[in-house]
Amino acid sequence: MSYVLKHPGEIAWRFAQHLEITAIALAIALAIALPLGVAAARNERLRGPLLGVLGVIYTLPSLAVFALLIPAFGLGLVTTEIALVAYAQMILVRSIVAGLLGVPPALREAARGLGMSARQTLYRVEFPQALPVILGGVRLAAVATISIATLAGKIDAGGLGTLLFAGLDNDDPNRIFAGSAAAAILAIGADLVLRSFERYARMRAT
Amino acid sequence: MTPHPAGAPVCIAGVVVRYPGADRAAVDGVSLEIGAGEFVVLLGPSGCGKSTLLRTVNRLVIPDAGTIEVDGRRVDTVTPETLRRGIGYVIQAVGLFPHMTIAHNIGIVPELLAWDRARIARRVDELLELVKLEPARYRDRLPRELSGGEQQRVGVARALAAEPRVLLMDEPFGAVDAIVRTALQDETLRIHRALGTTILFVTHDVDEALRIADRIVIMNAGRLVQVDTPLHVLSNPATPYVERLMDAKDTVRRLGLMHVRDAMSSANAATDGTIGAGATLRDALSHLLDGATRLAVQDGEIVCGTLGFDDLRRALMQARSQ
Repeated sequence: MSYVLKHPGEIAWRFAQHLEITAIALAIALAIALPLGVAAARNERLRGPLLGVLGVIYTLPSLAVFALLIPAFGLGLVTTEIALVAYAQMILVRSIVAGLLGVPPALREAARGLGMSARQTLYRVEFPQALPVILGGVRLAAVATISIATLAGKIDAGGLGTLLFAGLDNDDPNRIFAGSAAAAILAIGADLVLRSFERYARMRAT
Repeated sequence: MTPHPAGAPVCIAGVVVRYPGADRAAVDGVSLEIGAGEFVVLLGPSGCGKSTLLRTVNRLVIPDAGTIEVDGRRVDTVTPETLRRGIGYVIQAVGLFPHMTIAHNIGIVPELLAWDRARIARRVDELLELVKLEPARYRDRLPRELSGGEQQRVGVARALAAEPRVLLMDEPFGAVDAIVRTALQDETLRIHRALGTTILFVTHDVDEALRIADRIVIMNAGRLVQVDTPLHVLSNPATPYVERLMDAKDTVRRLGLMHVRDAMSSANAATDGTIGAGATLRDALSHLLDGATRLAVQDGEIVCGTLGFDDLRRALMQARSQ
């Protein structure tokens, strides 16, 4: 506890940094996953191979992915974000596909029959209907990203991992505790917030 | 109520639809002329091609051969979206969007057509009144808060929102109970009379078809078997298939399609009961079976004829020989 009391500023700063790394990763990951997920939901032939490739990335040990990326992108934020985005893809794309495929066919039929274009159907009917499932995926991805993002501390990209690894290097259990507790609080907080969004979306969708 | 544009004719010519992998065509060379404002029911067992044929009209199904014209214009000369916004469409599953209010559901096609908000709001209230749902009570509710029958009323209102001149209804009342179904049929007839919209209505329910159709189109295995008025279909089934389908030997059912006005005689005989001129012969039969021997036919206050068993028998024989 002593470290926490002596360095509240340091912890708050690393916490904010961690949040930023996670938020950037999730935003980029979603921007990539949405078109991929829509394409995979629409095209059965694409679905299997795409989810297969993303699944393989997902099973790679995260430390190994960082190690593989460092020669190309060096130490720092870029490597971190690429790794985090790659990890989140599997969870996000799979939830988007599941959400879209779960939309009742009658709604799609009605939308088409009323004269909605494919794009209007997607935005006005399919996304609002799939939103609870997609938000569930975002929640899982957020928690996983927060946890994996601690590795950023090892490659000079900042975040709560910095405290963890500094603690490890200096044999300082207080700092390790501070870093892991803060990461856990961030993960639990993100989970709670996104869970409430999810509940709201589910209420709206049915 | 703003004046609604009258119904448009629909002309189906030589339409063939083949689904990949099927051994016979789902629709096999169907031609059908539907007059402006006509209420036509496509009737047949599941798999006979009636829904597929209906769906070629708004291009949810694209025929492999043949042409379809709505109001003299081929349906493949505009984009499918434009075409569909101009044709009402009601499905059995209703398909109201659960995340939108009733008002938003009804206003969706006008919204796609970029009507201004005030006009959409006015139109929504108008339509809610048309389908007998009080606007103030229903406008802001969500579909899940409505009963099945109420939901389908909203489905009909949504289909009529942009004042279509043709309305397609695909087994719209198949999922509601018998009493609600009858009420919805009556509403549909009332709306048809009020607006004059051309209606194509798919059902496998013979009684429903007899009740609502101006003309019944009987289909089997992708082909038209008979196209005729309800009474004619019952009196003169074109094939044994139609006779079986319609249960055409059912005399009571036939009497339900004929009216006292057309069957009464002017004979000035003694009567021991009365019946309205607009009643069906089925109503007359039950009066006669209740013990009356001859009914006085009243048109308002005036007695304009009389009706007995002999008149019923003559009406049935005439219907068969027409």
